[in-house]
Amino acid sequence: MTGGYGGGDIIFGCEIEAGDKEIVVIVGPNGAGKSTAMKALFGMVRLREGTVEFRDEDISALEPQDRVALGMAFVPQTRNVFASLTIEENLEMGAFLRPTGIKIAMEQVYGLFPALVEKRFQRANSLSGGQRQQLAIARALMTEPKLLMLDEPTAGTSPVVMQGIFCHIRNIASSGVSILMVEQNARKALEIADKGYVLVEGRNRFADTGPNLLANDEVRKSFLGG
Amino acid sequence: MDVLQALIVICNFVAVPALAYGSQLALGALGVTLVFGVLRFSNFAHGDTMAFGTMVAILATWWLQSLGIGIHPLPTALIALPFSIAVTAVLLLATDRFVYRFYRAQHSPPVIFVAASIGVMLLFHGLVRLIIGPWDQNFADGERFILSAREFKRATGLDEGLAIKTSQGITVLAAIAIVAWLYWFLNRTRTGKAMRAFSDNQELALLSGIKPERVVAICWIIAAGLATVAGVLYGLDKSFKPFTYFQLLLPIFAAAIVGGLGNPLGAIAGGYLVAFSEIAVTYAFKKVFRYLLPEFLEPSGLAQLLSTDYKLAVSFTILVITLLAKPTGLFGEARQ
Repeated sequence: MTGGYGGGDIIFGCEIEAGDKEIVVIVGPNGAGKSTAMKALFGMVRLREGTVEFRDEDISALEPQDRVALGMAFVPQTRNVFASLTIEENLEMGAFLRPTGIKIAMEQVYGLFPALVEKRFQRANSLSGGQRQQLAIARALMTEPKLLMLDEPTAGTSPVVMQGIFCHIRNIASSGVSILMVEQNARKALEIADKGYVLVEGRNRFADTGPNLLANDEVRKSFLGG
Repeated sequence: MDVLQALIVICNFVAVPALAYGSQLALGALGVTLVFGVLRFSNFAHGDTMAFGTMVAILATWWLQSLGIGIHPLPTALIALPFSIAVTAVLLLATDRFVYRFYRAQHSPPVIFVAASIGVMLLFHGLVRLIIGPWDQNFADGERFILSAREFKRATGLDEGLAIKTSQGITVLAAIAIVAWLYWFLNRTRTGKAMRAFSDNQELALLSGIKPERVVAICWIIAAGLATVAGVLYGLDKSFKPFTYFQLLLPIFAAAIVGGLGNPLGAIAGGYLVAFSEIAVTYAFKKVFRYLLPEFLEPSGLAQLLSTDYKLAVSFTILVITLLAKPTGLFGEARQ
């Protein structure tokens, strides 16, 4: 993929692939184009060259909404919940495209995030940072996506909350959803990753399994702080 | 001293008219606040949308009257309402298609939308004057009073009368019904919730598969309904004159802003606040004081704070105070 926001390209020939039920992590220094690459996959950044394929289908021309309908879900880094709506309404909106089975999906999601159940009729802006992040992921899961994309899910959270979120992500992956995420806490993220990509200046620098990347001296020195 | 008589005078000349006027403003302000919530701009054309809707209702009323159709004792305009709402909705949807959609596609800043809406306002204003003329139109028919002053006096034996006009009764009932419906729509239906979600966070609404053009269209249809009902009720209560409706924009915006733009409950509270302030400040309290005070304290003047000619100044003052002291409005929350 090559593309950007209109004022020159940000990613250059960047390649990312996530297999079935895999956890894939994109790491890299600030400004490497990690979030841009992710948004490009979701159709929020125009591609100048390259294609995006989802389940053997070329979806490069599709709008983000249509990609949601196909089974992709995206959790933005910020403003990722409807703050003035209740928890339950947030989940309902997440399932907006589903004609049926909303109740069942909601029970499943509440099962994954028990902390949300008791707050279901409260507004989302009353939630703590960690719960808010849980709700953001829960909202995206309401469509029962095949691929869940997370843009820095642990940004600005405490280590305890971060651990909790990674734990949730692992649970979601084991329930059969592929996960693709951009993460600042590279070491922690690579620990749970099946596959990792290191992006530098909008280009693939390394691509390997999580453990291999963690073991790679160069990756450790340059990107994981030794 | 005669507290009861004073109370009836206040009810008759301040409370009842302000309740009706406040309901009309509340309905108008709801339309403004709804458009602001969904489309993120202050729609200056709302007053003239009310004028357009009312004009259609008047023309339809005349036609129905010529056919001899009516619902006495209620005003004929009420049966003309659904039709005039539909015509107004078509006008607003066409305006959106040919004006606002262009700017949405460009991601224009809100100030561009406001400027465009001023253009639309002038266009609607001209259209209404062209079709029905700039003069006063009286289209209220049916029974004039639910309770006339004479009946009230006869029944109670008091010197002061209390009159309630049919239009005032209808206004208050209609306002209650519409607010209840709107509340139900926004909080209980999927479409209403999607509208709130879209208003809250457009980007995320897109990611959830909510179709923006559909939300926008529904918003315009509801705005057309609110504007037409508010305009017809105001016209029944007073009279219809295009310029008066143009001027209504100020109290309506004052109401929407004092309650917090984008907040429906705030718009309703704002409507009553503006109406009560306007009527209380411009009412001559001489009679009230005559009942309450001993003779030697009786005011020599009218005891009127402001001449009715300056009633718009009240809205303006409320607007300025709100913007200086609490720009997000009484019930507004700071946006994240």
